[in-house]
Amino acid sequence: MSLWRQIFNFADYGQLLALVHNSILAGLVLGVVGGLISTFVMMRDLPFAVHGISELSFAGASAALLLGVNVVAGSLAGSIIAALTIGALGRRARDRNSIIGVLMPFGLGLGVLFLSLYKGRSANKFGLLTGQIVAVDTPQLSWLLATSAVVLLCLLLIWRPLTFASTDPEVAAARGVPVDALSPAFMLLLGLTVAMSIQIVGALLVLSIICTPAAAAMRITAAPRLVTTLSVLFAVCSVVGGILLALGSSIPISPYVTTISFAIYLTCRLIGNRRSRHGWSAPRPGADDARVSTPVAAQHH
Amino acid sequence: MSPRSTRPALEIHDASFSFGVRRLWSHLDLLVQPGEFLAVLGANGSGKTSLLRVILGQQRLTSGTVTIAGHPARRGGRDIGYVPQQRRVDPLTPLRARDLVGLGLDGHRWGIGWRNAGRRRRVDAILDQVGAGAYADRPVGLLSGGEQQRVRIAQALVAGPKLLLCDEPLLSLDPQSQSTTTALVDHSRRTGDTAVLFVTHEINPVLPYADRVLYLAGGRFRIGTVDEVLTSRTLSEMYRTPVEVIRSGGRILVAGLPETHGHAGHQTLDAVAAQ
Repeated sequence: MSLWRQIFNFADYGQLLALVHNSILAGLVLGVVGGLISTFVMMRDLPFAVHGISELSFAGASAALLLGVNVVAGSLAGSIIAALTIGALGRRARDRNSIIGVLMPFGLGLGVLFLSLYKGRSANKFGLLTGQIVAVDTPQLSWLLATSAVVLLCLLLIWRPLTFASTDPEVAAARGVPVDALSPAFMLLLGLTVAMSIQIVGALLVLSIICTPAAAAMRITAAPRLVTTLSVLFAVCSVVGGILLALGSSIPISPYVTTISFAIYLTCRLIGNRRSRHGWSAPRPGADDARVSTPVAAQHH
Repeated sequence: MSPRSTRPALEIHDASFSFGVRRLWSHLDLLVQPGEFLAVLGANGSGKTSLLRVILGQQRLTSGTVTIAGHPARRGGRDIGYVPQQRRVDPLTPLRARDLVGLGLDGHRWGIGWRNAGRRRRVDAILDQVGAGAYADRPVGLLSGGEQQRVRIAQALVAGPKLLLCDEPLLSLDPQSQSTTTALVDHSRRTGDTAVLFVTHEINPVLPYADRVLYLAGGRFRIGTVDEVLTSRTLSEMYRTPVEVIRSGGRILVAGLPETHGHAGHQTLDAVAAQ
């Protein structure tokens, strides 16, 4: 019973809620940006890169904590360096994975070093890894909002060519899409998003908002707009829902966020499996493309 | 020459292309008229891909000029439709057949793009034209290889190109899909007056349709009809080794080609030498 109360505690909820409105706003914005960018993370096969970037971002943030400078700035610096390095050195998936595998432990090691040297509040240390809610103060929130606005605008600007380049690079290049320039541009946006996410969910669990939402959405639909909408919806539910649930408890926010996120994914997978048995993805046995079966056509019109 | 062909779809003049010190081809002159079907055949490494890249504006000629429908070749030129070889698309790719075709129309533009009825009609019309209307709303990753190539042809045609570049579109397709894909390309060039450059190493599926053949091998090339180019004498001259072209029941078999997938052979030799 006391364990339950440790995990879920809604005493004085109204007062607590008033204290964390900054965090909820931050979570909302983060959900939107994370949900949008996660569709491209999935299309471009970058989940491992997200993890790699987040560890270096963590190193940057802990360095900033140690030096007593702005933690968000430190985490941004780490993120951007990592994202650009991975983008530049790892064009092919194989190279990329090995580079991430090399960078990630190094970043984590640096982070541990800086945190061990740091003599301040231990909650600050732990928060960088596993997330925190009360820590979002007003200057931090302004950072988050400004960075989100930049990421959002850039992402909307390159949306179509990035979709083209991510799903169909050869034809995109033939159509004049600057495939090679979009890659580092996207990594930069990804770096910024990771750095922001770390402030809320922590370095270890960033994937739950920058991978899982789109992975879940792609299980139940292939319509691009619907994938994006669902992905944003899932990410917002996970982050804001996680914050609301974690509010009264003494536990960091991340388990709440990751659990919601994972539950959504599981549900989508189940729906997707049903759908592949009964719906569009059912292979028509023996059907070849010359013979068009009318039942399928009827189903869609 | 037909009266409608005001200017050639593709004009290559005195073109040479070298890759480092290796000269792939030189003094190439080629004129492809609207609606013409040109098959580009030849050994691996003979410069077929480089020719396509030059036409797409992705690589520069060492010397000479390339114009497409009267304009110099440039990156992302609107007059070209491009059909790549079929390759596995991840089943979870969040694109339906209609979305892939839509990218061919405006995927290169900035912004998110607003839907409108005109765009949808164009996509629907081209999907119906290639016989892919029935799976317009299915995820691309769940289509068969042949279905995917149909959708890709629709994607290449949707913007109304003057020249259709097909880069080994038959690779890894079953024979039935190979012939339906080629027939579809042929149909499109006849109805839309689009010129076709069809790069392939499968000769037989394109035999019924090719007006002319460009054969590249060993730094040399020949242009002409199938009967002119695909002969034992011509190929033997180009490869400088006896090559026999056998015609049997409307099919062509080429025997005695030098080992063109030579990398494996060289590696084996090197490995032996190293030991």
